[in-house]
Amino acid sequence: MTKITAHDLAKKQKEISVAEFFERNKHILGFGNPTRAIVTSIKEGVDNSLDSCEEVNILPDIYVEVKNHEDGECKIIVEDNGPGIVKKQIPHIFGRLLYGSRFHAIRQSRGQQGIGISAVVLYGQLTTGKHAKIISKVQEDRPAVVMELAIDTNKNRAEVISRETIHWDKQSGTRIEISIIADYKRGKRFVYDYLQSTSIVNPHAQIIYKDAEGEEHFFERTAEAMPKKSSEIKPHPYGVELGTLIKMAKNTKARKLSSFLKTEFSSMGDRTTNSVCEKAGLDKNLNPKEMKREEFLSLHRAFKKVKIMAPSTDCLSPISETLIRRSLKHETKEISPEFIITASRPPSVYSGNPFQIEVGLVYGGKLPRDSPVQLMRFANRVPLLYQQGGCVITSAISSIDWRRYGLEQPSGKGMPSGPAIFLTHVSSTQIPFTSESKEAIADVSEIENEIKLAFRECARKVQHHIHKKVRRKKTREKFDLITKILPEIAKKSANMIDKPVPSLEAVITKIMDVVWIEDLIEYEKISRQTVQTTIIPDEESTSGSGGNITKSKIMVVNYKHNPQKFNLYALIPQEAVVGSVEPKPTKIADNYIKWNLGTIPPASKVDVSFELAGLEKGDFDENDLYVENINPTFVIGADKWEGD
Amino acid sequence: MGGGLKNMIDKDYSHVINKIDSLAAKIYDDFQKTDVPFLQLPTRTKSNIKFDGKLNVWKYGKNTIERSAKSLDGAYMLLRTMYMADFIKEMIKVKKSSTLREMYYISEGWDLAKFHSQNESNLLAEDLEVITSCMREDFKLRPEEDGARVIGNITIEEMTRNNTKKKIHCQDDVGDAGYSIPYNVEPEKITFKGIDADFIVAIETGGMFDRLAENGFDTSNRAILVHLKGQPARSTRRFIKRLSDEKNLPVIVFTDCDPWSYRIYASVAYGAIKTAHISEYLATPAAQYLGVTPSDIENYELPTDDLTKEDINALKSELTDPRFQDSFWKGEIKLQLKLGKKSEQQALAKYGLDYVTDTYLPEKLAEIGLTRK
Repeated sequence: MTKITAHDLAKKQKEISVAEFFERNKHILGFGNPTRAIVTSIKEGVDNSLDSCEEVNILPDIYVEVKNHEDGECKIIVEDNGPGIVKKQIPHIFGRLLYGSRFHAIRQSRGQQGIGISAVVLYGQLTTGKHAKIISKVQEDRPAVVMELAIDTNKNRAEVISRETIHWDKQSGTRIEISIIADYKRGKRFVYDYLQSTSIVNPHAQIIYKDAEGEEHFFERTAEAMPKKSSEIKPHPYGVELGTLIKMAKNTKARKLSSFLKTEFSSMGDRTTNSVCEKAGLDKNLNPKEMKREEFLSLHRAFKKVKIMAPSTDCLSPISETLIRRSLKHETKEISPEFIITASRPPSVYSGNPFQIEVGLVYGGKLPRDSPVQLMRFANRVPLLYQQGGCVITSAISSIDWRRYGLEQPSGKGMPSGPAIFLTHVSSTQIPFTSESKEAIADVSEIENEIKLAFRECARKVQHHIHKKVRRKKTREKFDLITKILPEIAKKSANMIDKPVPSLEAVITKIMDVVWIEDLIEYEKISRQTVQTTIIPDEESTSGSGGNITKSKIMVVNYKHNPQKFNLYALIPQEAVVGSVEPKPTKIADNYIKWNLGTIPPASKVDVSFELAGLEKGDFDENDLYVENINPTFVIGADKWEGD
Repeated sequence: MGGGLKNMIDKDYSHVINKIDSLAAKIYDDFQKTDVPFLQLPTRTKSNIKFDGKLNVWKYGKNTIERSAKSLDGAYMLLRTMYMADFIKEMIKVKKSSTLREMYYISEGWDLAKFHSQNESNLLAEDLEVITSCMREDFKLRPEEDGARVIGNITIEEMTRNNTKKKIHCQDDVGDAGYSIPYNVEPEKITFKGIDADFIVAIETGGMFDRLAENGFDTSNRAILVHLKGQPARSTRRFIKRLSDEKNLPVIVFTDCDPWSYRIYASVAYGAIKTAHISEYLATPAAQYLGVTPSDIENYELPTDDLTKEDINALKSELTDPRFQDSFWKGEIKLQLKLGKKSEQQALAKYGLDYVTDTYLPEKLAEIGLTRK
């Protein structure tokens, strides 16, 4: 055997071009097979469109089209009404890998690595040899630019093949047309699922999808409000890696370690900075640019030893329970589910990265009864379609015992079966994906815990809901009993022995022996009137088509044989605006209304009502009532108030 | 035993009317006392039947349930009970009778009190018997089920619908189908005249009844053959009971070999759970089970089927049924569970059509000491 020397090896070592890098890594980038390729391509385009619209506060109108050619080539078209891209930037954004404005910012956004859309251009080029076509218009009174691009794979630079200006009948926007080799037949279901899911977590977006058969699918906008804009935050010391720390120190303008820590990191005040320096055994006046590796190492270790306040969480943009509910309701209309329940957790932090969990549960209706529950996973409003098994969302759900909530689950572990859809949305400045294809979230115990807590809360609400339904049914039965059947029994027995019909009141209070609360919700449409329908009051996003007033009517009847006096609470959604309330409430809080009801004599009733604005029809379709200062077992239709 | 005609027409129903009125008065008084109206009746389940040593049959025990207007179901039951009682009172008044099925249809007009299935109305009629300690016949209600068949050397005198007495010999005056047992088998309707037989064979299936008839078993073995038609109707059980009591004839029961057939035997011999309030009228405590037994499956190497899940559950349930607690039944049921097999009467045809009458029955009869000399 001949001996191979380092010189021999050097002959083989050369710079790997992006094309080679892509070719070798296409599976982790989401282009592993022709089915995945079509979904990934559309996903990258749509993610870009949504992000760019949000950045300039435009409600996204997105058009997606797929044209399928016999030979396995597909043309993907994604068009938006976003701000467009200035001419100069087009080649960079579409023709260079790892280029983007979001790569360096720490805040919640869809794409993060900037590998996105240019990877699609490259994939198209590698598989079909065709150029990508970009149309962009940035201003209403200017013409649009049409550019054909190729990627010079050796230089990682775009090559502009052609450039011209055209008239485009649109205020502003971007349209991309890319040809790729893809398996449309197998991929089309995933494309539809992806767009539908995207629409669910982006209720402010409208998506029109024209499939290769020419059929158009509309995913309507269900919220007129833009999502809360997430703000950028600085890295948190708990989350920063040693290498990043060193790089940050090399680039900082700060001259002293203390000011470097205070200006470049979040949650670092004077006191924390001092104790970090102390723990690290470093002079706080050190010049960060001159620090040695060992010093960085002890600094990095010191971060973990000091209690540092959690980062601020306003960099997150959750969807909100009401909007998740509304979207789910809209998209599951045909299933006519029995109920939709949502829960959201307060923001939390893992390794210095803020994150927040929101979940939704759709139950019953036409959903299949004996197949596993359907999971819908989302990260920063992006649906995750693949690698369900390797995702922390799946393992969190599997670790909950769902049997007590009426779902099938052999041995109380694993994916439950039953007529349900579970939605999970993880928002974070840094989603810990398991790989670059961003299809599964890694097993981070803080995240898993929060997901579990959210679903437990959801499950509790489900139980509460079922419990309430059962009680309501019983209430109705009792009502039938005392109003219809009992009088009949009395009449019949009296007739058979020729006596006058006996009086029933005493027997009725004996049978009921409860305070009975019955409620009803109605909606009243108000036309052409400005109603605040947004979560964040916003001049531009008031509903143009009018809104709904939600009217809740509650009847309280005392069927006990002694007078009753107690307090009543009705929960209301936080984003609702409370209108008229009868009788005069004792307190209107963020999320409830409280009444100190006057004494109710036996066999008498009190009517209570309130109106809510700022909600769509159906957002509030069930009263959640609680009582205080009365034995809750005396009451049907409300539960014990446990405090705020 | 004569004077049937007179009984039929002039039967005194005043005690029935009294019972019904006192039921209505009980409910009415509850209202007056501002009590929630209720009725109490024995629990009609397997767990509440006790052997009555005096009557030699199984009767309801001390457990009772309360039908109270406190619950919706209870209130519906009370209302239906009132409607049914009133309907019966009305029938007595206008001297009519109806079938259980007719009553079910009539209840369609009872508004809130109407039944959802005939089973509901049948069960309530039984409840009413239990509550008032009257018999269904007192209520002028009769079953739908047509009578089972009889072949044998016996003459029955029946009061026909023209109110004339007719004598029927159950071999000479009947066709292959035999004499049909009417729904009313009380003395005012039928009496037993001449009889020349040694025992009664009650047979579960029509096929086996016809086989014994064709093979002339009634003549060759001096037997009265009675077809049970599955779970026997009240009239069939009452017929067997009267015939056995009045003519002092032993009864043997010949059925398939499965848990459901054992229940048929139990209802003939011990009384059925559903009708335990009138077991002393219907049950024939001396009736003996002949076969087919699980031991027969082994001894006669009979063709078998596997027990189904339902069969197994039924067998297990019989192990806790107080009527099956003697060593014979416990042993046979456990054996059957061990075999995991069941068989049919007609499986005996494996050895030819005459095998049952020439070999099987004589051997089995000898076993229980009923051999023909």
